[in-house]
Amino acid sequence: MDIRKIKKLIELLEESSLTEIEIVEGEESVRLARGGQMQAAPAPVVVQTSGQVPAAEALPVSGDQPASEEDQMPEGEVVLSPMVGTFYGASSPEAPAFVKLGDTVGVGDTLCIIEAMKMFNQIESDVSGTVVAILVENGQPVEYDQPLFVVR
Amino acid sequence: MAVLEKLVIANRGEIALRILRACHSMGIKTVAVHSTVDRNLKHVALADEAVCIGPAPGTESYLNIPAIIAATEVTDSVAVHPGYGFLAENADFAERVEQSGFIFVGPRPETIRLMGDKVSAITAMREAGVPCVPGSDGALSDDLAENQAIARRIGYPVIIKAAAGGGGRGMRVVHTEAHLSNALQLTQREAQTIFGDGTIYMEKFLTSPRHVEVQVMADQHGNAVHIGERDCSTQRRHQKVIEEAPAPGITPQQRAEIGGVCVEACKRIGYRGAGTFEFLFDSGNFYFIEMNTRIQVEHPVSERITGVDLIKEQIRVAAGERLSYTQDDIVIRGHAIECRINAEDPETFMPCPGTISRFHAPGGPGIRVDSHIYDGYTVPPHYDSMIGKLIAYGEDRESAIARMRMALDETVLEGIKTNIPLHKWLLRDPGFIEGGFNIHYLEKRLKARASD
Repeated sequence: MDIRKIKKLIELLEESSLTEIEIVEGEESVRLARGGQMQAAPAPVVVQTSGQVPAAEALPVSGDQPASEEDQMPEGEVVLSPMVGTFYGASSPEAPAFVKLGDTVGVGDTLCIIEAMKMFNQIESDVSGTVVAILVENGQPVEYDQPLFVVR
Repeated sequence: MAVLEKLVIANRGEIALRILRACHSMGIKTVAVHSTVDRNLKHVALADEAVCIGPAPGTESYLNIPAIIAATEVTDSVAVHPGYGFLAENADFAERVEQSGFIFVGPRPETIRLMGDKVSAITAMREAGVPCVPGSDGALSDDLAENQAIARRIGYPVIIKAAAGGGGRGMRVVHTEAHLSNALQLTQREAQTIFGDGTIYMEKFLTSPRHVEVQVMADQHGNAVHIGERDCSTQRRHQKVIEEAPAPGITPQQRAEIGGVCVEACKRIGYRGAGTFEFLFDSGNFYFIEMNTRIQVEHPVSERITGVDLIKEQIRVAAGERLSYTQDDIVIRGHAIECRINAEDPETFMPCPGTISRFHAPGGPGIRVDSHIYDGYTVPPHYDSMIGKLIAYGEDRESAIARMRMALDETVLEGIKTNIPLHKWLLRDPGFIEGGFNIHYLEKRLKARASD
């Protein structure tokens, strides 16, 4: 689904009195929801694709909170991305995720892969505890210092 | 239809903002890559997308090749503009950008490599008919007797330079044969340590030359033009402080001649994009010292006197477009002066990072401010101290100077120390006002002032 379509959907939503639109196109779907308050910037789009890189506003500038109902991050140690690249939760599309919510991890355990320039880098945890939040999605571009997981 | 879809600005500060402005005026989307301490840069706020690529230290951010290329990848950008400094003249970076399938806004990697090695650059220029400083015409061997003979042929004083150096670094002047051996060894050792390459060469040391450089622009269709010359003789420790265009005293004939030589050299080496041929101008002669294969800090003065937009043209050329103008279209009119504004103590020159509590920019006819600063902006300590450029244009040098003085007086910049007082002093200095002074002038005046 390309950014022009998504922009058109945003316009549609804004011009209408709808609070939510969801479009499903094959394996891709887009859900847009109005935020609770007026936002100065357009609401970021949550794009669920099958592992493709989202086209819209792909990289939230660190510090931005999604406009929709998202609450603050759960308490715990935040694992930040040490590099720029594309986040993958598993070693391959068919493989199980390295970690799921509720898993216990130790220092040195692989949490995810970040791919850049065709090289796959295993990101290891530098904290131990329980995974209480996974803040990014499979295939999402991430920047340096972007929060990835919360471990408590 | 924009010539390019989306471009990564691989730089920071004022030049990043300059590149962003050029892109947005051409309908090109921008991606601002920045370090953790640069989140509040003006161009980051204005860019279409922003990607944090690393922590503050340059090596981990603006010099971090994998991070920048990864950011280009994940944002689906098609091109990278390196600005000046950082990776702008890093041939490996240019190569990797291109190998990754992106456009590098600048010359081909081979050209960057050729001009990055000062010995090969001089050889190439010599072959292209560009006048060079009398010198060793190549790297020096370890044979002292041979080197002594070379020095005698050139005539003292001579200067020993590192082939991998440039920009004023890695050089040593030798006045008599007695000091030659020492100077050779020291310079070679320094070169090895600083640049990882101990290759050195020798040139005649011109005692009171002016620094006059020629701006060129070449496309990928065999066209090249020169955009006039600049005089950058106001220097302190090889760092330019004030630049101007055109160079006082240069006649149209001299301009056409040296410009023509540079254009021919560009075509001969297949140059692509913006570049500057740096010369020492002494007793009416131009002597080539090095070529800068990037856009330069002082590009605005050339823009003001010719009406061209060099950054836009760089991007267009990189996208494969033909040059927007022929040599006949380049007409020099008026005079432009640029003052580099640094966050530093105006007397000790110590960098003074900090928060700008109040900033009010000057304005009016002929005044251009190329700066990223704003009220409340904090100048970080991790990067160089230049926080902006003030450019004044007038129908002649005298009116450019008058406008610059007024603009400096109008400028309000509080919270940090800057070299604005130095500029105010210089713009009232009789020698500066007369013009045509050499590259040692500023340091001489500073020494005289200190002893007063």
